[in-house]
Amino acid sequence: MTEIVVIARLVPDLVEELEIAPSGTALDLSWLRLIINEFDNHAIEQAVILKEKTGANVTIISPEAEGVEDMLFTTAAKGADRLIKLTGIDEEKPTNESLAQTLAGIIKEINPDLILNGVQAHDDIAGDLAPQIADLLNLPYVGYISGVSIEGGQAKAFKEYPGGILAEMEITLPAVLGIQASEEPPRYVAISKVRQMMSTTTIEEIAGDGLATENNFVIDRMYLPEAAEKAEMLEGNEEEVAQKLTAILQDLGLL
Amino acid sequence: MAVNEISQLPFTSEFKESLLKIPEGDRIQTCLQCACCSGVCPFGFVMDFPPGRMIAWMRAGNLDEMLKSDSIWMCVSCYACTEVCPKDIPITLALMTRAKEEALLAGNVPAELQSALEFSQQYSNPLGESSRKRAAWTEELDFEVPIVRKEKRPFEVLWFVGDYASYHPRVKNVTIAVAKIFNKLGIDFAILGPDEHSDGDSQRLAGERGLFEMLAEKNDKVLSRAQFGEIITTDPHAYNAFKNEYPKLGFEYPVRHYTELLVEKLDELTPLLKENGQAKVAYHDPCYLGRVNQIYEAPRKLIEAIPGLELVEMAHNKSTSLCCGGGGGGMWLDGFRWEKSESRLSEWRIKEAVTIEADILAVACPYEPPRFEDAVKAVKGAEKLIVKDIAELILDAIDN
Amino acid sequence: MTQDIFVVIEHIQGQVSDISYIMIAAARELAQAQGGNVVGIILGSGAENLKDSLAADQVIYCDHPALAEFSSDACKRTLLSIFTEHDPRAIFFGNTTIGSDICSSIATHGSYPVINSCIRIAEGGAITSQICGGKIMVDSQLADKTTILTMIPGGYKPEQGQGGPPTETINFSPPDLENLKVKLVQFIEPVPGDVDIAQEKILVAIGRGIQTEDNIELAEELAALLGGTVCASRPVIDQGWLPTSRLVGKSGKSVKPDLYLSLGISGATEHLEGILESKTIVAINSDPDAPIFDVAKYGIEVDLFDFIDPLLEQLESAKNG
Repeated sequence: MTEIVVIARLVPDLVEELEIAPSGTALDLSWLRLIINEFDNHAIEQAVILKEKTGANVTIISPEAEGVEDMLFTTAAKGADRLIKLTGIDEEKPTNESLAQTLAGIIKEINPDLILNGVQAHDDIAGDLAPQIADLLNLPYVGYISGVSIEGGQAKAFKEYPGGILAEMEITLPAVLGIQASEEPPRYVAISKVRQMMSTTTIEEIAGDGLATENNFVIDRMYLPEAAEKAEMLEGNEEEVAQKLTAILQDLGLL
Repeated sequence: MAVNEISQLPFTSEFKESLLKIPEGDRIQTCLQCACCSGVCPFGFVMDFPPGRMIAWMRAGNLDEMLKSDSIWMCVSCYACTEVCPKDIPITLALMTRAKEEALLAGNVPAELQSALEFSQQYSNPLGESSRKRAAWTEELDFEVPIVRKEKRPFEVLWFVGDYASYHPRVKNVTIAVAKIFNKLGIDFAILGPDEHSDGDSQRLAGERGLFEMLAEKNDKVLSRAQFGEIITTDPHAYNAFKNEYPKLGFEYPVRHYTELLVEKLDELTPLLKENGQAKVAYHDPCYLGRVNQIYEAPRKLIEAIPGLELVEMAHNKSTSLCCGGGGGGMWLDGFRWEKSESRLSEWRIKEAVTIEADILAVACPYEPPRFEDAVKAVKGAEKLIVKDIAELILDAIDN
Repeated sequence: MTQDIFVVIEHIQGQVSDISYIMIAAARELAQAQGGNVVGIILGSGAENLKDSLAADQVIYCDHPALAEFSSDACKRTLLSIFTEHDPRAIFFGNTTIGSDICSSIATHGSYPVINSCIRIAEGGAITSQICGGKIMVDSQLADKTTILTMIPGGYKPEQGQGGPPTETINFSPPDLENLKVKLVQFIEPVPGDVDIAQEKILVAIGRGIQTEDNIELAEELAALLGGTVCASRPVIDQGWLPTSRLVGKSGKSVKPDLYLSLGISGATEHLEGILESKTIVAINSDPDAPIFDVAKYGIEVDLFDFIDPLLEQLESAKNG
C-alpha cells in the first residue's frame, strides 16, 4: 500500500490586521489569527484523492499551534488515516531549517512513497519547508504541482512553468512534491463529521527535538508597508463616472 | 434483488427513519401525493425532485438519485410548502432541510455555499469579514453604542444585530437607522459587537446542522454571561433561531422582533413622525417573520403610523408572501440558481409591486434591501421603485 | 568566499524571463554596496547566446542536453557544483515556479542561509523583503557566509538589468547528470490559435467578481469596443471559464499593456505581480479596500454590473464621434 505523508501548517490569517511585536523584528502573536495554509489544504485534498484512487495510507503531520487539533480532525473527516501533532513549540514559529530537520527524522521512520506539502507559506522568511526536507532525506523535489498520479514507482505530475505553461513531469519515488492546486478543489466536510472524529480519532503527539527560533541571518526590522499611493478615485453616479473614464481614455489616445 | 438495490435500501430506510424522528415528521407517512407542495414551490419547476416527488420516491425505496442530483439546492426554505400541505407535514424542516444535510454529508455542495459555510466557521459570519470589525458600523454614529463586554451592568434590551446588518454596505444603513431610532426613544440597549456570532439559522437550513450548533453554543456562552431583559433583533432569521431553534438546544432567551418593540412605543414615537411626502407603500412580509412566525401586524402598524404613507397590499401577502430568494442559504447560491432557472424570485416580487403602483417597497429583513434593489434594475417599469426597511422610513419621518 | 553576486538566470523555450533581468538589477545594487562582480549563471543546451542581453559582468555557462529546459534534479546538481567551486557572496534565485524548485534544497545542502521574497536592495546593501501577501516588510542583512536570496518583481524594471553582453564567459563542465530522478516529459501546448496576452496593448481583466461564466460576455463586449482582449485572475481560470493562456499573475503571464482595465479583481499579490509593467491600470471593484486600488492609477468603487452598460454606452458614442 502506498504511504503518503502530508505536512500541513497554520499561517497568519490575512483577513485580520497584522501587527508588529514590540521587539520590532517579529509579528505580534497576540493579534494573530491562524488559518490553514491554503496550499497545504490542497496538498491534503490531493492526498485524499490519491487514497480514494489507489487505497493509500495518509498521515498528516502538523506543528502545534492554536487551532491545530480542529484542523487535524477535519483532515480525518476527509479521510486521513493517521494524525501527528509536533509538540515542543512555544509561541514563536520555529525556523524552517530546524523544523525541516525534526520533520525529516519523523518522516524517515514512516518511510513514505510520497510527501506532499503546500508549495509556499506566506509567512516564511527563510526558504520553503518541503524542499529542505527533500534535501535532508536525499529525495527529489518538484514544486507548483497541480495534479498527481502514481504509476509503478513513479509519480506523474503536472508542473506549472512561467507564462502559465504546464508541463508533464515524471518523478522517481520516493519524492517530495510542493502542491499548488489539487486535482479537484478541496472538499467541504460537515462540522458534524468533524465532531464525530473528535470522539473516535486520536492525535499522536511527537515531541520536537532541537527546534530553534533564531534565523541564521539577522533581521534588522519588520514593519508595515507605507500606505501606498492610492488610485485617483472617479466620483459621481454611474453615467458621470462612465463619462469621466471615457474622457480619460480619449486623452490617453486609447480610443 | 440485484446487489445495487440492496445497497440502496439501508441508506433510504435510515434516512426515512431519521425524518420520522423530527417532531411531527411521522406525518410524512400520511402524504396524499396531492402535489400542492410541488405546485406552490417557487422553484418547483426546475427541481428534479420537488417535495412531493421526494416523498413518493422514498416510499418506493429509492433515494440515491436524489442525493446525486443537485436540485435540492434550489429549495429556498420559504415554508410555502409547509403552509399549504393539507396533512400538516412539516415539509421544510422534516424533509428539505434533512435532504440538504445528507447532500452536504455526501460532499455535494455548490462552491459558493461552501465558502459561506467555511467563512461562518472561521469568522463567525458568512461574508468572510474580520470578526473584530463586527461593530465597525457604530463609528458612523455621533453617539456611542454600548457594547456588552465593556458595560458591566444589566440593561433592558440586548440588540442582536446580525451578519449582513453588521457588514453589508447597503444593509448597514438600516442598522444605523435603527440605532438612531433606539437612541431617540431613549431605549436602554447594548450590542454584543465582536462577541456576536452568526445566529446560524440560514446555515442550519442549508444543511449544516453541526455548524449551527457550534455557532449557537458560542452565542449562548456570551449571552449567558450578560444581564438583560430581552433580545431584540432586526433579523427575522435570528428571531427564528432564538425563538424556535435555540430552545431545542437548551438555550432559552426571550426574543422579539424590533417592530414589536417599536409598536409598543408607538405613543412616544408617533409625535416624532412628520410627513415626508405622500407615497404608496407595499409591505413585503419576510418568510421568517410572516409565514413562519406569524408576525404580520406589527410592521403594518408602524407603516400606517407614518403620515403621508398609504399602505397597499400586493397580490401575494401575509401567509402567501413571495420569498425574496435569500433564505436557506439562498444568499450564497444565487449564481447556481440563476444558471439552473434563469429567473430570480426577487424580480417576481418587484413585478407585483409595480402592478399595484407602489412608490415604495417596505421590507423588514436584512437580505431584502440588496436583493430587491438588484431586482429593481432588471424589471421594466420599476425604475422609480424605492426599497426601504421600515426603520429607514421611520427615520426619514423623524429627521424631516 | 569571493565578493561576487551570482544570479541564476531563468529561461524557457529560448526566452530569458523578466525576473532574470530584475535580479541582475538588484545584484548590481548589491555589488555596488559591497563590491564584487555580477555573475549570471546560465544552464542550458546550445543556449550560450542567452547571455547577450544580460547587464552582468561575467557569465558562467554550463551546457548539457539534460539542462535544455529547467528541471529540478539536473539543475540542482549542476548549481551545487558551481557554487562549491566558485564560492560566491550571495546568490539570487527567482521566487518563481523555477527558482523555488531548487533554492531551498540547495540552501540546505550547502548550509547557505536563505532570505525569501526580496523586493529590493536597501541602504548599505540591506535586503528588503515583502511577505504575508504584501502586508509585511522585512529588512535583513546577508549572513557572514554565502547567502541565497529569492527575488520577487516590483522593485526594479527589467530594463534596468538589460545590456551586455558580459565581458567574460566561463564554461563550466557539467557534473554527473545520469540517473536523474526528475524528468520533463513534455510541455502541454496552449490552446491553438489563442492570443498571447503578453503582446496585447489593451487588456480587460476579470476576476471573481464576474460571478458566472455567462457574464464573461460583458467583458468580451468591452474588450471588443476597446480593441483589446480578455484576460483573468486565478479564480476564473480555476473554474475553467477561460484557458490558462489567459491567466495573468505569478504563475501565469506578466503583461505590459498600455491599458489594463480590471473588473471585479481584488488584487491578490500573485495577480499584481503580473501587471506591474502596465502603463495605465484602471480598477473597478465594489470594495473600496481592495488592494488593486493601491497599484491602479484610476479607481472606480462600483458594482461592475451597474457600471458596464453606462460605460459601453459612453464608449460607443465617443467612438462614433
